[in-house]
Amino acid sequence: MPRKIVKTKYFFEEDYRETIAEVSTDKYEDWKNNDTLKVVGKPVSRIDGYDKVSGTAKYTFDVDLPGMVHARILGSAYPNAIIKKINIKKAKQLEGVLEILTFENTPKIPWYNNSTFLFDSHVRCEGDEVAAVVAESECIAEEALKLIEVEYEQLPFVTSSNGAMKTDAVKIHDNGNIVGGRPAEYSRGNVDEGFKEADIVFEDTFDTQVAVHNPTEVHCSAANWDGNKLTVWDSTQGVFAVRNVVSASLGLPESDVTVITKYMGGGFGGKLETGKYTIIAALLARDLGKPVKITVNRKQMNLITGNRPDSTQSLKAGIKKDGTLTAMTLTSYSAVGAYPSWGGCSGPFRSIYKCGNMKTTEYSLMINAGRARAFRAPGHVQGTFALESFIDELAEKAGIDPLEFRLKNYSETDPNSGNPYTTKLLREAYKKGSEAIGWHQKRKATGSDTGYLKRGIGMATQIWGGSGGPPAYVTLKLNSDGSAIILGGSQDIGTGTYTFLAQVVSEVLEIPMNKMQVILGNTSSIPFGPESGGSTTAPSLSPAARDAAEQMKNKIMSGASAVLGLPENELIYKEAAVYAINDKSKSITIPDLMHRMHEQMFITNGARSVNPEHYAINSFGAHFAEVEVNTETGKIKILKIVAAHDIGRVLNKKTVENQFHGGIIQGIGFALMEERILDANTGKVLNTDFHTYKIPTIQDVPEIEIHVVSTGDNLLSNTGVKGMGEPAIIPTAGAIANAVYNAIGKRIKSLPMTPDKVLNALYS
Amino acid sequence: MKDKSKSRVFSRRNFVKGIGTSVIGTYAAAPVLSKFSMKIFEEAETESKTKESLSLHVNGKKVSVLIEPETTLAELLRNKLKLTGTKIICNQGECGGCTVLMNGKAVSSCHLLAIDAAGSEIITIEGLMSGEKLHPIQEAFIEHDGLQCGFCTPGQVMAAQAILIKNPKPSKDEILQGMSGNLCRCAAYPNIMKSVIAAADKNK
Repeated sequence: MPRKIVKTKYFFEEDYRETIAEVSTDKYEDWKNNDTLKVVGKPVSRIDGYDKVSGTAKYTFDVDLPGMVHARILGSAYPNAIIKKINIKKAKQLEGVLEILTFENTPKIPWYNNSTFLFDSHVRCEGDEVAAVVAESECIAEEALKLIEVEYEQLPFVTSSNGAMKTDAVKIHDNGNIVGGRPAEYSRGNVDEGFKEADIVFEDTFDTQVAVHNPTEVHCSAANWDGNKLTVWDSTQGVFAVRNVVSASLGLPESDVTVITKYMGGGFGGKLETGKYTIIAALLARDLGKPVKITVNRKQMNLITGNRPDSTQSLKAGIKKDGTLTAMTLTSYSAVGAYPSWGGCSGPFRSIYKCGNMKTTEYSLMINAGRARAFRAPGHVQGTFALESFIDELAEKAGIDPLEFRLKNYSETDPNSGNPYTTKLLREAYKKGSEAIGWHQKRKATGSDTGYLKRGIGMATQIWGGSGGPPAYVTLKLNSDGSAIILGGSQDIGTGTYTFLAQVVSEVLEIPMNKMQVILGNTSSIPFGPESGGSTTAPSLSPAARDAAEQMKNKIMSGASAVLGLPENELIYKEAAVYAINDKSKSITIPDLMHRMHEQMFITNGARSVNPEHYAINSFGAHFAEVEVNTETGKIKILKIVAAHDIGRVLNKKTVENQFHGGIIQGIGFALMEERILDANTGKVLNTDFHTYKIPTIQDVPEIEIHVVSTGDNLLSNTGVKGMGEPAIIPTAGAIANAVYNAIGKRIKSLPMTPDKVLNALYS
Repeated sequence: MKDKSKSRVFSRRNFVKGIGTSVIGTYAAAPVLSKFSMKIFEEAETESKTKESLSLHVNGKKVSVLIEPETTLAELLRNKLKLTGTKIICNQGECGGCTVLMNGKAVSSCHLLAIDAAGSEIITIEGLMSGEKLHPIQEAFIEHDGLQCGFCTPGQVMAAQAILIKNPKPSKDEILQGMSGNLCRCAAYPNIMKSVIAAADKNK
């Protein structure tokens, strides 16, 4: 198993992650397209399906340990306040209350990039952690929260990025309200020169709302100590990330902390970070000598466990008469909540189109509200809505069909680095998608539909990283009966990780998937792998799984050669057995081989290879939307979405299509209904449940058609997979916005496109 | 609706015999560590005054319990009967995550007091199974991949079962209507729809 240590980087959630990692340097024969494969790419049913439909799947929410007690958190009632006094006496007297933590009796564990502590006497948003109660039952803990008397000194507060930018604005932290002290800036070429070259210069402003992840399983953890050894069950997207934060916060060696996530009920980025609640549970469990379970309720989740920050984006571009882009600038303001986070959205703006003169300026601003976290394609979802709406406007200014305009400014190389792409099949995606929606046949001139129900067709483009990269490992154990156990450096968040790992191993070793068990989400038994984020899991893990399986095949061949007394080049591997090419009577099965070798188990450890140097690796795609706008009610009905993408190789047709559906429907939610409403007068969030924070239901689902235009990206890795979880949501809102414009001839520049905005656009 | 008759049969002596859980009947009481048993005894002394007795059928078995009157059906199922297949997602009857069947109809078990289920027949996701064998609806959800993270899945499956009990051959609109109270944040809706249609087709 040849290995080397390399310096490498890959795109992870809106940023490049640089690491020095051990990588596999083994080269395997390229897989051809999926038609030539036996298991990979096929619509295989997920192997965790039984657990999930039978109700036996144990989520962190279901963890129930002997003697377990229950903790709840008290959140701040005010958006900005100093806690003058906390009286916990009455709460402590409630029968069944075991312990209460506040800033007064808890170690000062730094949090949110050293901007606060686990418990801080200064609370900076509604819901900020004030105290935690542990009691014999959930009910008693809830009751006790009400008995804690907190004396707050209320401070003035700020609820918008506009407000945060003012010179006399309340400072959320001593060093001001701009994260990092200044905006993030990027430029290439010379925009002044570029604008001079332009025949038309145009600018416009768009805004997007705050959206909340709202996964179904609430954020929760359970902690149990055994002397100095701690086991944490956590609803997380990154077991190793949690382990490292827990061990650092509590001063424990990583070997003493085990983090377990067998199943988790959705994350979408909100569970990429370690929660304060996890540390709180561990502290309480140690003090009490009992297992502690802590859950964050739905209201608190809507307040403090993350969101997609809002944005106000001002875009400006110069174009020549023929539509060629000569210069582009973007200035964005995004309110990321009360602690440092990232609200930039320039990724698509800088990366999709060929434009040599470019400047972007992004302000991430702190306000007195829940802190932003990565949310499925952070930055790209809101950025693509603005960019792709704007591109349609430019096309109209130039008098060019929007699709033609995009093709005119198509970039054959990465505009940021100048590097070629490993693959870029965006042109093919445009073609497939436009044919499927009937772009040239059905799409009418803008605003020309008659009657009060007006139909329109629109499109938008998607770009994302999603190459994955090292370090990522898969360990393979082959039992003496020929069955296999796969330990993957990951956790399953519902995307099908259990299943594709088994498929890849099955493809190589020709062992049926029902003779495999896949183990994920246990830091003490699995090898290392990245958090499930950035659409990196399948592209990082699947090549490591192939590496492990190919090494296993080599081991079997080598063993068979010794046992059969024939050189390896006279042997062939087929269906978990080895045959002599020239003598059909000579063969050996895996169980026989193990028996002859006196072995009980073969073990291999597969690693991810390095990403190819001097290439840009991106996924691409386009969504095409057909909508019907009711010009009397302002309601937008989505009739059809066509999604066409270049995502490298599909590992599992069934789970990939499902994830595309999910992304598109979440995109519809973002486009039409989802919005966290923060009251400027009180600094409180007005909608913290599913009744008032609307997410799509089964009735909101249009006809959806998925086309994958790629086969395998063989330059990227031995499986050729690019990530697709985030690409699925990126262009949906933009495509819908452009379709609405095509229908009614009025552009909605603010998300969500609720009926009031549509009616205002039509009649004001 | 309260089953007062049960409280006569249910003496404190019987209760103390089954210390460790207030569940009696066919759900066996878990053994309890000795250091906690005194505490449990004290609870029995005081709590029998404030607790309500309740009997109902869960997954075909008779269950008699002593519970705090504010206990929801979902809490009874999950915390006392350890039937954790039923999930709590919103805990206020908005999302369908806790859907179970009560006398053949879908109810949000988080939004229903357990005492209001007295005397009723409750079926949970666990009750659809025959031993380790899946129900055809559950099989359809696997076959058509009607799930992603799986957390809302038990509720989805039970809502689907309620539709098919009401009408074994439902129309597409009836399915949409019947499933529209069950939120899925992964938005596996198209495949949930396919799963329910496939299960219904088996009835044709």
